[in-house]
Amino acid sequence: MKLNNNQLLRFTTAGSVDDGKSTLIGRLLYDSKSIFEDQLEAIENTSLKKGHDGVDLALFTDGLKDEREQGITIDVAYRYFTTPKRKFIIADTPGHIQYTRNMVTGASTANAAIILIDARHGVIEQTKRHSFIASLLQIPHLVVCINKMDLVDYKEEVYDNIVKQFQDFSSKLLVKDVRFIPISALLGDNVVNRSKNMEWYNGAPLLHTLETIHISSDFNSVDARFPVQTVLRPQRDGFIDYRGYAGRISSGIFRPGDEVTVMPSGFTSKIKTVEGPKGEIEEAYAPMSISMTLEDDIDIGRGDMIVRSNNKPEPIQDLEVMLCWMNNSAAKPRTKYTVRHTSNNQTAMIKEVIYKIDIETLGRNFDDKDMKMNDICKVKIRTTKPLMVDSYRENRATGSLILIDENTNETVAAGMII
Amino acid sequence: MSKYYLDYLDELESEAIYVLREVWAQFQNPVILFSGGKDSILVAHLAKKAFYPAKIPFPLMHVDTGHNFPETIQFRDDTLKELGVNLIVGSVQESIDQGRVAEEKGKNATRNALQITTLLDAIEANKVDCAIGGGRRDEEKARAKERFFSHRDDFGQWDPKNQRPELWNLFNGKHFEGEHFRAFPISNWTEMDVWNYICRENIAIPSLYYAHEREVVWRSDSWIPNSEFLKLEEGEEIVTKKIRFRTLGDITITGGIESDADTLEKIAEEVSGMRQTERGNRTDDKRSESAMEDRKRQGYF
Repeated sequence: MKLNNNQLLRFTTAGSVDDGKSTLIGRLLYDSKSIFEDQLEAIENTSLKKGHDGVDLALFTDGLKDEREQGITIDVAYRYFTTPKRKFIIADTPGHIQYTRNMVTGASTANAAIILIDARHGVIEQTKRHSFIASLLQIPHLVVCINKMDLVDYKEEVYDNIVKQFQDFSSKLLVKDVRFIPISALLGDNVVNRSKNMEWYNGAPLLHTLETIHISSDFNSVDARFPVQTVLRPQRDGFIDYRGYAGRISSGIFRPGDEVTVMPSGFTSKIKTVEGPKGEIEEAYAPMSISMTLEDDIDIGRGDMIVRSNNKPEPIQDLEVMLCWMNNSAAKPRTKYTVRHTSNNQTAMIKEVIYKIDIETLGRNFDDKDMKMNDICKVKIRTTKPLMVDSYRENRATGSLILIDENTNETVAAGMII
Repeated sequence: MSKYYLDYLDELESEAIYVLREVWAQFQNPVILFSGGKDSILVAHLAKKAFYPAKIPFPLMHVDTGHNFPETIQFRDDTLKELGVNLIVGSVQESIDQGRVAEEKGKNATRNALQITTLLDAIEANKVDCAIGGGRRDEEKARAKERFFSHRDDFGQWDPKNQRPELWNLFNGKHFEGEHFRAFPISNWTEMDVWNYICRENIAIPSLYYAHEREVVWRSDSWIPNSEFLKLEEGEEIVTKKIRFRTLGDITITGGIESDADTLEKIAEEVSGMRQTERGNRTDDKRSESAMEDRKRQGYF
C-alpha cells in the first residue's frame, strides 16, 4: 500500500470508564485492520482470563501495568492507524475530572476531538467539561458521537434530543465546526460501516468523517512567524560564512526575497534562501522544519523570532493567560517560574489569579484563587523581558506557553494567551 | 490555499527534525543511540538533514552486546565514515568482565537485559545528558506512553506514572546534574511509515533486511540464525532458508521470516501485508505482558 499526498489527522478522544471510549478506539483499530494477529491473540487470552464474552475491544488500549490492573487510563497514550485516505494519530486521554491536565495535553496538538455521549444519559457534566477543554484548546473540529444507540433501540428521537441539548450548551463555546453521529462502538454501527439499524441517519459514519474533515485551511496562513531554534554554522569548506537559521515555521508563508524583521531586536533584512529537508525551496509554510539565510549579517540566536516586516507580533511583558495547572504542588503567587514560549525562555511571575473556572458548571469563581492540580484559571503573568506573542485564538503556536518550576524543573502549567 | 499542506511523511519528517534540533539546543552533550537497525539509521538520516550543511554535531553511541550480526557492525562503521561523526561504544562483554552484570542462565538466556547496565554506565562515563533513540510509540504498549523528551532520574530510571506533561511542541529538557533525558524524534512514526520513508529516500540499510539465503533453526515460532552462540536443542536442526529480518537485535534472539523481498519496494509491500507486529519475532518481548515496561523503567532503550 503506497500512500502519497496523504494528510495526517491528529485527534483526541476523551472519555471515562464507562462511556465506551476504549471500545470505540478498539473498534476503529479493529475495523480498519490496524490490529495485528499477535495483538489480537494477546487480547483474546486476556478476555478469556477475565471471563468476558468474546473479545473485549477495550483491552487494545491498555497501557501500563497499573492501568491494566485498575482498568483505567492514567496518562495520554498515542495510537496510530492508517486508511487509504489518511494517517491518524489518536491521543487517547482519560476523561475523569482528576485527569483534566491529560485531556489538555492530548488536545494541544489535535486537529479534531471526539466527544462521546452515552445515549442513555445525554449531555452530562463530563460532556460539558470535554467540550469546554476542546474549545479552550481551540481544536478546530468537534465530532460528537452519541454512543450506545443499541441500548436505546436506535431511536431517532433520543438522538435528536441529545443533539439539541448539546447545541443549546455549546452555543457558548468557541468551536467552529461541530458534527453529530449516532453510533454503537460495541456493535460497530456507524463507526467504520454505515449502520443498517439507523436508516434515518443521513450523515457519514465516523471513519469517513475523520477521513474527509477539511483541515488544510485550519492553519494560520496570514501571520508569518518563524521562531529560531538554533543557528547552523558549518565549519567546513564552501560554507565558511554560512549562517543558517534553523527552526519550524509556526504559521504563515516565507519566500526568498521577503522583507523580514528579527524580533525583539527589530533589525530588518531580506530572506536570501530557504532550505527544506529536501534542499532549497521557493516557499515554506507551517509546520515545515527549514533553515533560512538572510541577505545581511545580523546577530540572531535561539529565542529570536523572524517575522514578515509588514505583520509583526506584539512584544509584551504583561500577559493575560488561561492557565491549566498540571502539578501536584499548587501555584505559588509571586514565585518565579521559567516561561517557555516558542523557542524563548524567560523568567516570569504569576501576578494575579483573576478567576478560576468551575470545571463542573463552567462558571467563573472569583473567590477561590488557589491554583491546584487540574485547575483552569485566568491569570496575569509578568515576564522579565517581552515575549513576541499572538493570541492563542489566532495562533496556537505563538499563543501558547508552559511554565517550568525552577526548583524542580517540572512542567507545572500550560497557558493560552488571551 | 489547498496546496499549503504537507504529506504525512513530510510532516513526520519535519517533526523529527524539530525534535533533533531541540535536543541540540537544550542539551550540552547528546548522543544518538545507534544499533544499526532501521530505526536508528532513520534517526541518523534525519539528523543529517536537521543540521545540514553542518555535520551532525554529536556522536553516535552503540551498546555492543557482543552478540552482533557481523553485517550490522560493518554497516555501523560505514555509516560513521559517511557521516563523519565519532562513535562511543558501551560493551556488554566489558560489563560482564568487570562483574557489573552476570550472564543470564537457562534456555532462553540473552544479553538483552544486560544492556541496561552497560547503557547507563556509558551514559554516565561520557556525561551524556540526552540519549536520542529510535523508539516508536506504535511498537509496544509501554512505549505508547513515551514523551518526545523523556526524563530519567539519577539512577537512569523511567517513572511512567509521573511524567512531565508535554504540550504543543514545547519540550522541557531541564534537569539536575546526574539525571538525563531520552529523546524520541520518530515517536509518531509507525513501522509502515519508516519503510515508506526509507523507500522514498532510498536510505541504505543492512543487507539483513533484504531476503537472503541463511542457515537458520526453527525456534519460538521464527527462524533464528545460526551463529557461534547458537546451541542446538534436542530435535532442532539447521537448515538453509531464504529469509529476511524485520527488526535487528542480537543475533541470538532475532528471528527471521521467510521472504523473497529483495528490494525496498518489495519490503514495504510485504510489511504492509503483515499480520504480526514486528516485535512478535523478538523473544525478549515475549517474556511477560509487561516485559518492555519493566525494562524501560530500569533504563532500557
